Amino acid sequence: MRRKFSMKKITFLLFLVSFVSVAQHNEDTAVKKNPEEKSLKVTIKEYINHHLLDSYDFGLYSFTDDHGKTIHRGLPLPIILWDGGLKVFSSSKFHHGETVAEVDGSYYKVDHNKIYKTDAAGTITYDAEHHATNAKPLDFSITKNVVFIFLVGLLMFFMFTRMAKNYKKNALPKGMGRLLEPVILYIRDDIAIPNIGKKHYKRYMSYLLTVFFFVWIINLLGLTPLGVNVTNNIAVTFALALITFVITNFTANKNYWKHIFWMPGVPKLMRIVLAPIELLAIFIKPFSLMIRLYANITAGHIVLMSIIGLMFVFKSWIGSPLSFGLAFALSLLELLVAALQAYIFTMLSALYFGSAVEEHDDH
Amino acid sequence: MEIPSIVGAGLIVIGAGLGIGKIGGSAMDAIARQPEASGKIQTAMLIAAALIEGIGFAALFAS
Repeated sequence: MRRKFSMKKITFLLFLVSFVSVAQHNEDTAVKKNPEEKSLKVTIKEYINHHLLDSYDFGLYSFTDDHGKTIHRGLPLPIILWDGGLKVFSSSKFHHGETVAEVDGSYYKVDHNKIYKTDAAGTITYDAEHHATNAKPLDFSITKNVVFIFLVGLLMFFMFTRMAKNYKKNALPKGMGRLLEPVILYIRDDIAIPNIGKKHYKRYMSYLLTVFFFVWIINLLGLTPLGVNVTNNIAVTFALALITFVITNFTANKNYWKHIFWMPGVPKLMRIVLAPIELLAIFIKPFSLMIRLYANITAGHIVLMSIIGLMFVFKSWIGSPLSFGLAFALSLLELLVAALQAYIFTMLSALYFGSAVEEHDDH
Repeated sequence: MEIPSIVGAGLIVIGAGLGIGKIGGSAMDAIARQPEASGKIQTAMLIAAALIEGIGFAALFAS
């Protein structure tokens, strides 16, 4: 998010000087403009790519000083490596990936957002496909995303335990409860009960509520300045989908497995054809959950960042208002998407749980 | 001549777009016929749209 923040500052300045720049713009020759524009587009692409990645320090903002040097401001985070023994050190040793960190006689360097073991000079060798061939230590670092997940977890814990305490005192909701009670009731009455059934839904309510609020809150906070966009990391959505997968398959009754391996009501030959397809579907379902959440949030952020980058491409008075208007409209859309993706994730999870506990008396 | 994979992704996205459009249009028709069932129709519409959307994104990331 720090790039976005610094870009917003630049945006503001650009908005002020845009009227001045109109006069200068006309004097630019076409020959002079072309190479400059190309490097600008590359810069915008790099900003967007950087924004989408996890990082080893919690950056607040960065800027370029008068000497053309990029200065980063932010908090360093702990790096935890397992490389023949536990190694814990601060990410400030890397100086934002520019220097080699020396810990207990071993040298580490960050390359393309991954930590590699190197020699003292920090040489990294590449193979033909430009993948680094250096040894990689096991990485358990508390990165930016991990910090943010912890923060959201703590926030949810305090919010919901306080709400639960209030409900124990009296049945009328207070504070946050007033806002969230309709949402919780909606998840119970319109997501859990119709999909899972009255008999079994209570077992799954805790997970459905947790995953809904986790995804929703983390998506919303990812849209704020200085907030970290966590759900565009495929590892996070993979973990969420994995929990759904495990719960579905470990709470399934015998009807569920029967419908996969020996489907009733289908000719014998077809059962043999259907069994592998159904078996594959067990894995495809959580896989699609993972891809959907990850891709929706990533796509939204790429488009938003590209629209903000539009004003640097236009270089005239039309760029700033256009970019501001589009970015504002898209941010509103992203607020909807944040809630919609949380809803869809919960809804489909409930659907899969429902298929796992369905009773079939009529076959 | 080799066709770049992005062309295939584009074709799939066209298909996904048509599919979601058809779902949306049909849901509108259904709501117009039975406004009292709009809640249920919306839920079913969103699920179907989400499933198709998944294919579109898979194509984009595979390309």
